[in-house]
Amino acid sequence: MNVMTRPEVPDFATLIGKDRVHGSLYTDADIFRMELQRIWYRTWVYVGHESEVPEPFDFVTKSIGPQPIIMTRGADGQVNLLQNRCPHRGNQVCTEAQGNARKFTCPFHNWTFANDGRLEATAFADGYKGQDMSALSLGRVTRVASYRGFVFGSFAADGPTLEEHLGGAAETLDRLCDSSPTGEVEITAGFLQHRVKANWKFVLENETDGYHPAFVHASVFKVTESGIGSLYGSKSTAVTRDFGQGHTELDLRPEFRLRDQPLSWFGTTPERLPDYVAAMEQAHGPEKARKVMIDGTPHVMIFPNLFIAEIQIFVLQPRAVDDTVQHVTALQFKGAPDMNRRLRQQTMGSVGPAGFLLADDSEMYERTHRGVLSRDPEWLYLARGEHRERMDDDGFRIGHATDEVPSRGIWRHYRQMMEME
Amino acid sequence: MMGMITVEQDLTRRVEQFIFREARLQDEHEYAAWEVLWTDDAIYWLPANGDDIDPEQQMSIIYDNRSRIGVRVRQLLSGKRYTQDPKSAIRHLITNVEVLDQTGDEVSVGCNVMVYESSLRGETLWAARTEYLLRDTPDGFRMARKKVALVNNDKPLFTLSFLI
Repeated sequence: MNVMTRPEVPDFATLIGKDRVHGSLYTDADIFRMELQRIWYRTWVYVGHESEVPEPFDFVTKSIGPQPIIMTRGADGQVNLLQNRCPHRGNQVCTEAQGNARKFTCPFHNWTFANDGRLEATAFADGYKGQDMSALSLGRVTRVASYRGFVFGSFAADGPTLEEHLGGAAETLDRLCDSSPTGEVEITAGFLQHRVKANWKFVLENETDGYHPAFVHASVFKVTESGIGSLYGSKSTAVTRDFGQGHTELDLRPEFRLRDQPLSWFGTTPERLPDYVAAMEQAHGPEKARKVMIDGTPHVMIFPNLFIAEIQIFVLQPRAVDDTVQHVTALQFKGAPDMNRRLRQQTMGSVGPAGFLLADDSEMYERTHRGVLSRDPEWLYLARGEHRERMDDDGFRIGHATDEVPSRGIWRHYRQMMEME
Repeated sequence: MMGMITVEQDLTRRVEQFIFREARLQDEHEYAAWEVLWTDDAIYWLPANGDDIDPEQQMSIIYDNRSRIGVRVRQLLSGKRYTQDPKSAIRHLITNVEVLDQTGDEVSVGCNVMVYESSLRGETLWAARTEYLLRDTPDGFRMARKKVALVNNDKPLFTLSFLI
């Protein structure tokens, strides 16, 4: 039973129209609290990658929304998602960002927990004589599942499986792994944490918005030899895609296939990455390797918080209605050191607090957040490309690279989740 | 003995004057004049998640070689670097300047830095341990390496798009 007063449920059917959404959805603290319950503490949320805890007893601290989570690798090799809260009186049991520990000991009264969360020992145990302490372990995220090494958690006991939740977007993770000669990606380079004073949904929607790069990133296109600019022009053949379940993609493959040059997607050539190319040809055979290296890696936003941006991943963490952290790091392909070095270098240049790209995106998030606090007009207009939205062969909605197909898809799913008790 | 002290004092004073000038160029957004202060083999480094990470393996907030410093400056000068349009109003305060080592024409220097920033978002206070490797040239000191270790570089940070 919820003993707190329930705020009135907003009328989402009015706030979310076919091609417009109300500004309060980004700024209302009551709606944010409701999002935590109906989205963040219910649906599958990306937490971390298996390669971040490679050995038994490894741990790393992560989050689901504002909640800290400890991701551990148990003695049995299983990944656990634990809550960082002693069941005794609530103290945090882990204050390190990462490490290897067989046990977590709460410093307050010295209760000790195994690395899978089970209570192992209490101090001065005679004080608990006759008590059943078996339920007093670290809280666990109710369901844990992983796909291609990406670990997700859901606080809902029932609901779609991870594969059902990923739906058509699972294929983008397969596509990503194809670009690794071993079929595996790794997250090993540490995260930058970039904070914005803006609502998380501005970030979510921008990740697959193909309309803004020509303007927000004009400075980068102007001062570097970047070939990215044309991907987002009005003549681009790239498409935006709505996979449903809130997952969206900017599919740049049509442009890269026109170029027909391996590694053009990465702004380089096979001559510059001979070891990577050789390993890819070995793994896939020359024909498939060439195709994979022409197509490149995906640009996909997996609802609500995992953004794969070709060469890096972003994990979105809402902390308050106007406080969002973008955790970002380079993707690393297992068995491709020459590629990985370049992935790190390019990632460091483009993202994080001082990044050539993300500092400008983040400026837009913050200005937009302040902007929508204005009273007139109250709405954000998301109609771009409605007239040319169509279905692809798999039955997913697609549109032009610069169309707002992704935003409309995100809001359709959002409304469904928020209206569901 | 007196001579030694004078030489040391003279070096410290020259180093300080250089660092203060660099800070003023940053505070006043004199990007082109600031870029001239770098050597051709320069590294401009803001580590993340501590101050002793391996920047060749781990993410840094900035890890620019000379060519990337040039891109950074050209982007700021492009007129479309929106995060710095309008420019942050900033002031560097620099203390505890200490010559740590001197080898040939190179001088290692450490100092503590606070930067007060006022931007559209609001006011932000930055604090760092900054270390320089300065090279003495006929044109005066030049920066071969500058490492800015923010005290909170393991935490979520707001955009830092001015020159620090």
